Amino acid sequence: MNDKDLRVGSIKDGTVIDHIDAGSALKVVQILGIDENIEDIVSIAMNVPSAKTKTKDIVKVEDRELASDEVDKIALIAPEGTINIIRNYEVIEKNKVNLPKFIKEVVRCPNRNCISNTDEPIKSEFQVINKNPVKLRCVYCERAIEQNVSEHIK
Amino acid sequence: MKFSGSDVISMQEFSKEGVFEVLSHAQRIKEEGPRVDLSGLVLANLFFEPSTRTKLSFETAMKRLGGEVISIDSVRASSIKKGETLADTVRVIEGYADGLVLRHPKEGAAKMAARFVDCPVINAGDGSNEHPTQTLTDLYTIWREKGRIDGLNIAVMGDLKYGRTVHSLVIPLSMFDVNLFLISPPQLEIRSEILNDIKRNKADIHKSSFIESLIGDIDILYATRIQEERFADPNEYEKVSGSYKIDKKLLNGAKKDLILMHPLPRVDEINPEVDQLDAACYFEQSANGVTIRMALLEMILGGVLDE
Ligand SMILES: [Zn+2]
Repeated sequence: MNDKDLRVGSIKDGTVIDHIDAGSALKVVQILGIDENIEDIVSIAMNVPSAKTKTKDIVKVEDRELASDEVDKIALIAPEGTINIIRNYEVIEKNKVNLPKFIKEVVRCPNRNCISNTDEPIKSEFQVINKNPVKLRCVYCERAIEQNVSEHIK
Repeated sequence: MKFSGSDVISMQEFSKEGVFEVLSHAQRIKEEGPRVDLSGLVLANLFFEPSTRTKLSFETAMKRLGGEVISIDSVRASSIKKGETLADTVRVIEGYADGLVLRHPKEGAAKMAARFVDCPVINAGDGSNEHPTQTLTDLYTIWREKGRIDGLNIAVMGDLKYGRTVHSLVIPLSMFDVNLFLISPPQLEIRSEILNDIKRNKADIHKSSFIESLIGDIDILYATRIQEERFADPNEYEKVSGSYKIDKKLLNGAKKDLILMHPLPRVDEINPEVDQLDAACYFEQSANGVTIRMALLEMILGGVLDE
């Protein structure tokens, strides 16, 4: 085994999520639904020195190009994140995560008495009232999530 | 604002101009009587929570305009609730009626209902969230009594955390050039997101725990009920409840033309000895509820005022 094998290196195909706030990589992995049942190769780098911010986290998912609704979810906890789609070692697409005006389904309303936490045939829906830090408001019960948004992700 | 065929879900959706359109229309009804005949139209009152006043005032309003009312009360509603979603219930009732009035214990229920039906939905209270027709009634009462809203010192007192009438009321009040005093025990202070919202608006907001030192400056005192069950410690309740009793002694220190309002029902916040004073306005306020609901029904179902 040489040095190269020990390091987290470039990937051939897949997605690299860069500029994740230091310490948030594991939450990103959780949001992506990556657990022991997944077969993709996932590398996580934490507290990597970065010019932009002090340190950052990076998540690399091989052989998987993230769909846009998955990217939306990541924006909730990594507002500075970038999504790089890799094909044959080349970055063919690079996007800043972009929080949409409304977030559907991803977040659970913290208000237990909210109609979105019942058996009604609706999805949770939040208006994004601030992007960084993320602040959300439930379109149904009008309650706001003003901090720790990550704790409310389904 | 467009009212014909529209929903009334939240005071957040009302502009200041929209509020005045409703108030002046209500005033015209008060002075000249109804302008449209709603005979042939059916209003469905869906009350999934007990409420005598709101339900009866909608019924009265619709009947005074010549329309018909069908209703589900909270007892029958609870049997529906077991087997059927609200989304299904409102879609079924939409087939019978031209408009729905909904009172429901879950916050956001009216908003959801409006997304499932094409006919107008009027929120008659969703959990502790909002009660916009009560608010329009309150604003109408203030405006009628004082001839204006701008320039007034208005105190809203009691349970500011759970009271839906309070949530709905402070939103539009904050759009006016008023001093708004929020008086509550620390445990029942207004929720931070509502406070943040109204702070962005025109009104000057002041928070306090007691009324005594302010009573001499206030033009409108809006009292609400404090429920004992909101307190974990009964001693805490005893301590605060005493400071929110309105009696002749307190009102001795008030302005001569103070207006005392309450959404009713009251328990013991207002001593009955106050009822005979000129300040006492709560029964008139309650009657104004019919006028406001007539105005809304004329505008929404009758298309009055729309170009
Ligand atoms: Zn909610």
